[in-house]
Amino acid sequence: MNAMLEVRGLRKVYTGRGEPVEAIADLSFAVAEGELVCVVGPSGAGKTTLLRCLAGLLPATSGEVVLAGTPVVGPPKGMAVVLQEYGRSLFPWMTVTQNVELPLKEKGVPRAERARLVGEALEAVGLADVARSYPWQLSGGMQQRVAIARAAAYEPQVLLMDEPFAAVDAQTRFELEDLVRALWQRLGVTVVFVTHDIDEAIYLGERVLVLSARPTVILEDVRVGLGAERDQLDTRGAPEFARLRTHVYELVQQAKLGVRSLADARLTHAG
Amino acid sequence: MSIVRSVLYAVGLPLLLLAAWWVATANSESPFNPPLSEILATFGPTWFSGDTFADTRFAADILPSLGRLLVGYAAALVVGVGLGLLIGAVRPLRELAEPVLEFFRAIPPPVMVPVLMLFLGVGTSMRVFVIATGALWPILLNTVEGVRGLDPVLKDTARAFRLGRWGRVRRLMLPGASPQIVTGARQALSIAIILMVISEMFAAKDGLGFSVVQFQRSFAIPEMWSGVIMLGLLGVLLSFVFRIATGAVLAWYHGYLQAQRGGA
Repeated sequence: MNAMLEVRGLRKVYTGRGEPVEAIADLSFAVAEGELVCVVGPSGAGKTTLLRCLAGLLPATSGEVVLAGTPVVGPPKGMAVVLQEYGRSLFPWMTVTQNVELPLKEKGVPRAERARLVGEALEAVGLADVARSYPWQLSGGMQQRVAIARAAAYEPQVLLMDEPFAAVDAQTRFELEDLVRALWQRLGVTVVFVTHDIDEAIYLGERVLVLSARPTVILEDVRVGLGAERDQLDTRGAPEFARLRTHVYELVQQAKLGVRSLADARLTHAG
Repeated sequence: MSIVRSVLYAVGLPLLLLAAWWVATANSESPFNPPLSEILATFGPTWFSGDTFADTRFAADILPSLGRLLVGYAAALVVGVGLGLLIGAVRPLRELAEPVLEFFRAIPPPVMVPVLMLFLGVGTSMRVFVIATGALWPILLNTVEGVRGLDPVLKDTARAFRLGRWGRVRRLMLPGASPQIVTGARQALSIAIILMVISEMFAAKDGLGFSVVQFQRSFAIPEMWSGVIMLGLLGVLLSFVFRIATGAVLAWYHGYLQAQRGGA
């Protein structure tokens, strides 16, 4: 398999006023083309820092991020982001359609093609009927759908999602998870999904990267053998799901205690 | 019903004040404080009498005033918004410029009239320049503030989707700062009107301010008062036009604010 996204020896130290803070110690991993990888870790594990480095919004202190063979130095072509703060990542002076269309305009997509992409994306997230509304007229879940539609219409090679459902209610969250799975399967896009929710990570991912507390390293790269078709009831009720959930939960607990390698982790529920 | 009510609310107090003025001055013998009826009677003839429209005082004095006002105000808008976007977006520039901007803002603009007369003479260019420089500061400072206050998440989003420099200006900074820009422009309009009048009180040959001073010096007191009323009416008209012009620009903002307050 080809690596679409490669992270090599990534390190990030924040220097500002006062003591420098090492957010990420050393991260290396690869995401294959068309893969959906989730990243979990305890809060303050540098998840958002990692995502901002991947997105080219934050320069790494050392190491590199390589997208489709090209090192990332700024926000690269072919990458779209969906951020946690849906209410603040949509342009409030633009309608839903204009929001989704904006990146396509900047990309230089011709008008007719733009209309088609926007229409399809809004249709896919179930928002075709509110295309002319403003984002602030919609509920939180719908706003996040707009952000997802914007990312999908952009036709990225890699889609980065930073705790996108942390601020929506539980039921909406399930719907949006299924939406992400469906879009991922339909578009064949590579997805990196950062979350603090262990169940969500296992439900969505083909792999789950479990991070340590900061300065961050990878505790374990967990394969999720739950098959291609996921279902909120069946998948979450499956024994394999429970096993993975227990395992990742224990890892995250160990990470909170400061454990920095799998060898040091004391796991009481052997998987 | 609600339209009738809002119209009543809008004109109620002005009518009341006019009535009070009317009653209070009805039997006035003072030459400096003539009855309102007399002032209103001179209003039409003073401003609108003449063989052709071009002969009226309205065309000879008020239109030049308005012309200078609009040119100066437009210049202030263009320079203020343009410079404000630049200063707001470039942090070192902002830190460098801010103390200077505060200094210039603190200078009452009318004090610049005698100074500018030395450099630009007493012609139209001086008056336009006075209006422009006075109106500039609120627009400039509010634009800087608006750009500085842009949501960092929105800025990240714009960067992540690779908006170019021009795209960021047009699609992020201008609309994002528009509420503050409008606030600044509103303040600037009042200042511009004041400066329009003041600049015409020095060595002028036409204009509304010039007319009022001339009436006062020639003891044409009702005419002088009619000039003051004319100025007030122009102010109301301009602020009405301003509201219409900016209402469409800020429609999203009012809805957005309401949604933020939990009204959605």
